[in-house]
Amino acid sequence: MIEKRVHGKLIKPYEVNADASGKVLENIKAALKKANLKDGMTISFHHHFREGDYVINLVMDEIAKMGIKNLVLFPSSLGKVHETLIEHIKSGVISEIHTSGLRGPLAEFISDGNMSKPITIRSHGGRARAIEAGEIKIDIAFLAVPRTDCMGNASGNGSKTQCGSLGYAIVDSKHADQVVLITDDLCDYPNMPRSIVQDNVDMVVVLDAIGDPEGIASGATRYTKNPKELKIAELASKVITSLEYYKDGFSFQTGSGGASLAVTRFLKDQMIKDGIKASFALGGITKPMVDLLEEGYVDCLFDVQSFDLTSTASMYRNERHYEISASEYANPSNKGCMASMLDYVILSALEIDKDFNVNVMTGSDGVIMGASGGHCDTAASAKVTIIVAPLYRGRLATVVDRVTTIITPGDSIDVLVTERGIAINPLRTDLVEKLKKANLPVVEMHELVALAKSIIGEPQPIEFDDMIVANVEYRDGSIIDSIRKRK
Amino acid sequence: MGRLRRTMLYVPGNNAGMMADAMIYGADSIMFDLEDSISLKEKDAARHLVYQAVKNLDFGGVELVCRVNGLDSPYGENDIEAMVAAGIHVIRLPKTETVEDIRAVEQLIAKYEVKHNIEVGTVKMMAAIESALGIINAYSIATASNRLIGIAIGAEDYVTNLKTTRSASGVELLYARSQLLNAARAAGIAALDTVFSDVDDSEGFTKEVKLIKQLGFDGKSVINPRQIPIVHQVFKPTDSEISHAQAVIKASDEAEIKGLGVVSLNGKMIDKPIVERAQRIIELAKASR
Amino acid sequence: MKIIKPSIAGTLDSCDIQIRIEESVDQTNTIYLKSPVEKQFGEHIRSLIQNMLDKYALEGVLVHAVDKGALDCTIKARTESAIMRAMANENSVDWSVIAHG
Repeated sequence: MIEKRVHGKLIKPYEVNADASGKVLENIKAALKKANLKDGMTISFHHHFREGDYVINLVMDEIAKMGIKNLVLFPSSLGKVHETLIEHIKSGVISEIHTSGLRGPLAEFISDGNMSKPITIRSHGGRARAIEAGEIKIDIAFLAVPRTDCMGNASGNGSKTQCGSLGYAIVDSKHADQVVLITDDLCDYPNMPRSIVQDNVDMVVVLDAIGDPEGIASGATRYTKNPKELKIAELASKVITSLEYYKDGFSFQTGSGGASLAVTRFLKDQMIKDGIKASFALGGITKPMVDLLEEGYVDCLFDVQSFDLTSTASMYRNERHYEISASEYANPSNKGCMASMLDYVILSALEIDKDFNVNVMTGSDGVIMGASGGHCDTAASAKVTIIVAPLYRGRLATVVDRVTTIITPGDSIDVLVTERGIAINPLRTDLVEKLKKANLPVVEMHELVALAKSIIGEPQPIEFDDMIVANVEYRDGSIIDSIRKRK
Repeated sequence: MGRLRRTMLYVPGNNAGMMADAMIYGADSIMFDLEDSISLKEKDAARHLVYQAVKNLDFGGVELVCRVNGLDSPYGENDIEAMVAAGIHVIRLPKTETVEDIRAVEQLIAKYEVKHNIEVGTVKMMAAIESALGIINAYSIATASNRLIGIAIGAEDYVTNLKTTRSASGVELLYARSQLLNAARAAGIAALDTVFSDVDDSEGFTKEVKLIKQLGFDGKSVINPRQIPIVHQVFKPTDSEISHAQAVIKASDEAEIKGLGVVSLNGKMIDKPIVERAQRIIELAKASR
Repeated sequence: MKIIKPSIAGTLDSCDIQIRIEESVDQTNTIYLKSPVEKQFGEHIRSLIQNMLDKYALEGVLVHAVDKGALDCTIKARTESAIMRAMANENSVDWSVIAHG
């Protein structure tokens, strides 16, 4: 068949095979052959299976056996479970990586300068933008799906694994040249409702197991009992309710981490007291948000990633719990992402500096250990961006003179809430009076920096090599910072 | 006005992670424990840890208390010396039963104040009363030393001594609480209530705080930072209490300026106790903001 | 001075440091430190421990320190506790010596 492209996308009409097996294949190897994988191609994956993902490792092992080299790995994110990729980098199977997150031994391996080409770190919105803009052409997307029918109508509620929203995978399914679904639950046609639609799917591979449910999602995201995190969360909730955006129909996003998650609880108590209801909550969805929906305190949930089994089940049970793609969520270049409608976003930080720049990617020893996620997307979009972070963790300051790596620029951040006071970005003088009036402990940013130093001491500066190991792309595609090899 | 002692946050003396942030929760006092929360083989290590924390960390002017081991143990005197040397504000003696218990501790404090070049009388004392005999002797204990700033009831040991257990209503503590409070007031020092150990039962805790506030207690020992805002909320004066208190103080100030011996507000005479209570309400209101 | 027995103080909890002291084969003092903040504070932590060894004029000891992000006051407390225990002196400490340095 002659290769035909429309708007750059490969056109491949569906043809029933002679043996009538259609799209269904019984192993990855067959799919790789059929897809005609070649050296230098770009292959993508999603991270909805988090630390329970088997698929990236299974596919890469199979590719390595075929002797294919120099691939560009383009997952939405990577975790500790992907440590085995180190071998494939060493042997030249993978020569380039683009990801949002990177953790564990693979992150250390890359931080130590073991890849000749720097990796690219993108935000969730930035990744969707790069795909839609054609800056990245995905040759083959390998998408783990908990359940699909033989034609590729796929969903996040399988009999063996459940991940709820497939928000990141949806983008890949629409834009990749070839889409290979990988499942361990092939169901009767049609599988409805579905996240991924059959007209985008080339192949369906059925395996015995595609993921470990334990690593994919916990039963319910638990509230922290850490008193320091609770104090920060309570203060952050007071910041929200003290500003004029807090009124019927307001919208918010909270992260899944300790203090950020606990904000939802304090906020809920105050919403009940004031009789105020929210229009929507966005982003990674957790049980506390589902509770708000089911108790009528928020009208809609927009779910790009379901963090626990409660939210996974809710998406299929609650009509007003909607799945959205990463592009709908946070792409800055489409005709309007949902993040742009946010009143408040609560985000965490590994480090935040006196200019309010935030690092969520590297530890203060320069090693990659986090994820860009939707941080810079939602921070830039929301009317009020609140960072919740302790002043220091262990013996490392969170509030510092200069962050190790900038993920989100300081002009996107409005308020920092720590256990020892609230600092307001000088760009938002309008907030200062309002928060002081609410009797909140407003302090200057430099006071927090000094306080952190007085408690933990002055650290030795970390030394870096000249070699760049990672480039950090801001959501608009510009390079906002680089991560250098640690000495 | 005396210090507010609504909340005394209990910090186990061997927990390094809790030291530096003990003051961020807004407790009126912090109590480092060297006694019941520390196993016998860790007594020395906890003593070193609390010593270094008290000496080196900035607690922002919060009152620092240390519950030392009793003098009937091999640790008590060493605890007292370490805490005096560290510059602790208050030494809290557990299981106080008699005047002699107080005197013995007082003498050791004075001895070590001299040794460590601290003005004699600097370190204050608190006594926890945890037995039937101690409750009987409450007034003599409360008046046994000028260093005493307060007495506290330790309910767990006390109810065991009474051959009963703690209940939700607290009826078994009614006599002890009343007796201790009366003794404290007669001696002119603070009265502090016992801990409430079920951190997750905020309803039961709130009920108990309301009870002890109504009895007249100054405050309560708390074992988790989450209990602090609850106590402060209960002790927070109402808006009408605050505005009345402000009016009383204004009238009192005006009377003083005019050189009047008698203060009156809206035609009613105001006694000295009413002015004192108004001052206390204003202090509480300031602290509860 | 020599230690009387090997000793250990501190825990492996977050924000703590565990100090283990034992006799060395020679007269020198050696400090082995494992710390998540080695790069930022490793030198500083070693010097705190070394100062403590000097304060008690200890010779011929091995110190194994496992740090979990402890602050200075904790490092001093744990090292001094371990030294007191190694000298079998833990419950008859002279606090004017502790306060000195």
